[in-house]
Amino acid sequence: MTPVEYAGSYVPLRGVEMSAAMSSTLDISFDIRGGLLMRQIHHWAALLFVAAIGLHMLRVFFTGAFRKPRELNWAIGFVLFVLAMAEGFTGYSLPDDLLSGNGLRIIDGMLNAVPVVGTWITFLLFGGEFPGNDIVGRLYTLHILLLPAMVLIFIVLHLMFVVIHKHTQYPGPGKTEQNVVGYPVLPVYAAKAGGFFFLVFGVVALIAATVTINPIWNYGPYDPSPVSAGTQPDWYIGFADGALRLMPPGLETVWLGYTWSWNILIPMLVLVVFLLLAFIYPYVEAWVTGDKREHHLLDRPRNAPVRTAIGAAGVTFYAVLWAGASSDIIATHFKVTMEGVINTLQALLILGPVIAFMITKRVCLALQKKDREMVLHGFETGRIVRLPGGEFVEVHEQLDEYTRWQLVSFNDNAPLQLKPNPLGKITASARFRVAMSRFFFEDRIAPVSTKEYQAALEHSSH
Amino acid sequence: MATNEHGSSDVVPVTPSSGAVVGTGVVPADAFENPGLPPHRPRVTDLDPKKKKRAARFIVAMFWLSVLGSVSAIFAYMFYPIEDGSISSVRLNTLFVGLSIALSLLAIGIAAVHWGKAVMADKEGVDERHPVRGTAATRSRAVEIFKEADEESGFSRRTLIRGGLIASLVAFPLPAIALFRGLAPMDVDPNTELKHTMWKKGLRLTQDPTGTPIKAADVTIGSAFQVIPEGLVDLPEHEKLDAKAKAAVLLVRLKPEDLHWTSKERESWSYDGIVAYSKICTHVGCPVALYEQQTHHLLCPCHQSQFDIANECKVIFGPAARPLPQLPITVDSEGYLVATSDFTQPVGPSFWERSTTCASHPHHRKRVSSHLHRTTWMSAPAFQAPSRSSVARSSPTTGRSSSVR
Repeated sequence: MTPVEYAGSYVPLRGVEMSAAMSSTLDISFDIRGGLLMRQIHHWAALLFVAAIGLHMLRVFFTGAFRKPRELNWAIGFVLFVLAMAEGFTGYSLPDDLLSGNGLRIIDGMLNAVPVVGTWITFLLFGGEFPGNDIVGRLYTLHILLLPAMVLIFIVLHLMFVVIHKHTQYPGPGKTEQNVVGYPVLPVYAAKAGGFFFLVFGVVALIAATVTINPIWNYGPYDPSPVSAGTQPDWYIGFADGALRLMPPGLETVWLGYTWSWNILIPMLVLVVFLLLAFIYPYVEAWVTGDKREHHLLDRPRNAPVRTAIGAAGVTFYAVLWAGASSDIIATHFKVTMEGVINTLQALLILGPVIAFMITKRVCLALQKKDREMVLHGFETGRIVRLPGGEFVEVHEQLDEYTRWQLVSFNDNAPLQLKPNPLGKITASARFRVAMSRFFFEDRIAPVSTKEYQAALEHSSH
Repeated sequence: MATNEHGSSDVVPVTPSSGAVVGTGVVPADAFENPGLPPHRPRVTDLDPKKKKRAARFIVAMFWLSVLGSVSAIFAYMFYPIEDGSISSVRLNTLFVGLSIALSLLAIGIAAVHWGKAVMADKEGVDERHPVRGTAATRSRAVEIFKEADEESGFSRRTLIRGGLIASLVAFPLPAIALFRGLAPMDVDPNTELKHTMWKKGLRLTQDPTGTPIKAADVTIGSAFQVIPEGLVDLPEHEKLDAKAKAAVLLVRLKPEDLHWTSKERESWSYDGIVAYSKICTHVGCPVALYEQQTHHLLCPCHQSQFDIANECKVIFGPAARPLPQLPITVDSEGYLVATSDFTQPVGPSFWERSTTCASHPHHRKRVSSHLHRTTWMSAPAFQAPSRSSVARSSPTTGRSSSVR
């Protein structure tokens, strides 16, 4: 970017040499009425955008909405999630301030570690040596043209599939795989969805009017030498930064005469694998169950214990990486040693997901047991009755049929048995699928059947 | 008939309407029957016309409140102008324009949602779904079409044509990759650039950002200086940052007996307890900007790598793998600190070719000599009283301070 001498309204930076990008951002902030408000609405909205996508993905995951016929739409949504992060990062880098410049420096350092082509990729990306003069202009093109165009295309695809498939629906009385129950788009749904748009926009405007975000005038223009303590990326990049921070020291080797920076390659690989697993999860589950039916009724998370537990493990893994990006802030705010925080998070990164998996699975199974109990034995009314014999009992009442339906109608899977194929052979892939099927469905609480229910009724009437 | 992979007696495979495979799904024979939609529960606004009227009035009021918000945003824009140099005027403008817009938006949202929930007809609809999966006839016809196309084109049969097609499709995007080479200057090799900095024998160590040379006598024990090479401040702005991104140095003075060296040669790179280390982290390149005076540790604020100055800046914690490169220094005849050479290894983050040797690129040599030319011409700049901000920036840091330049 062309360097200029800042001459705008923000007095402390007057006369400071900076890029035209930084200067124009300051002009928007301090010399145009409502300019700072627009910048803050834009930035807060970007944070909320990625957060909303994340929440939506979690909802879709934990309710099994990604199952047939919506696997492809999950993949499209996942691409949108990645595009949103890319949009966020490119936009955040545009003001060319000290904080975003250091963010780009980290990208430069990470890309440099890529075997064989890393040096050239960074060199071409930055148009020469870091920081060069081209990167902000290039990111600008990505941010305002290429990435938004891709976001638009994928949103159109995403919504097209929603129209084709119609919405999933939560399980409940009257809802089946063959129908869709709800308010029509016109007028109720349109009024509500349109209203929610204004509510969200209003909340963003309220936050932007009152809470400063990304005060680049405090950071100053980019300079490769200074940096502020407590540097943090925008929240959605935190998990990647945390992955870098949690690597133990000394992981670099020179092999075959070339440098292998494991301290950067491993975190990059971990992130790619983590995102890839999330991307292909619907296909993995579909392969394990072999279920080709269409599923329009959602699962209550408890009724898919292992899926819910996998989700909880994934969320824990992400959360620990995310906390890792704030290791220094945690240390200074809670007055603990930074080494202690990092070592704890390193341990949690490995153990946390395992613990989260086990606890979540057990909680789901316990909730399923409770549901069975409620269906078979009814609920405690809190009404105490004295029997003719002087005995006090609490009256149990059966659930009404609608509540009962909620608890007995869920999608159930049983683990596969290992059987030879028609040729009488047991293949390795069959073994693997059986092992996976056991992992998913071995601990299983089946829904109450009418037989069991009748038996329980007879038993209680004795 | 749908297939189920269990086949046990209590599990009866039931044909779903689509005829799809059930897999490990269990379709129980004695499942409960769906009781159907629960009876409709009327809303209070349906039961009590007064309440409906009140809801309608509230919605109207909200919409007009929104109009008020929009109008007041325009007034706020007019009556809270930005005055030159006044931060508080920016704050007031942002606050009042923002609050008014927020009011306008929130009121529309509340009105619309309330309208939908309390006043519009409360009729849930039930639509039939159509299976996404095509009928068996459609599916087999699709397969047939592909088969026919294959036969008519000879795609499977004519292997030579097919091979040619695949080869040409693989090759056609290659020129685009080659074109990317033009994204960076053609006559520069990144591998060479990354292995050299502006430092060279005899170049003075100067303060960042003023460019004032540093006398060894002025570096007191425990102090820290942010250092750039002499002549860097005179580079054109766009070259300045590139050069600084590699050449930034942190200068500290310890008691000579506190410094532990692995060789006599390394010791000779320091001067009377004064040592100069690259400030660019060997992890991913952030400036290692925090100096803990008591422990002689340097800390990178980006990923918390820690380096021990007393032990040749070796990594003692964090993700970095290599020590910070040391800049060999001495003093010149006037007592100013000067470099005795460039760094002896590449500075900053690792890269693939880092450990390979490479001859100095002719282009690079040219650029360095032009720097030198400029700097010798400039001669030592007259001593300037540093501005207040630069004093604050380069004053020695005590303890772990919040931010260091």
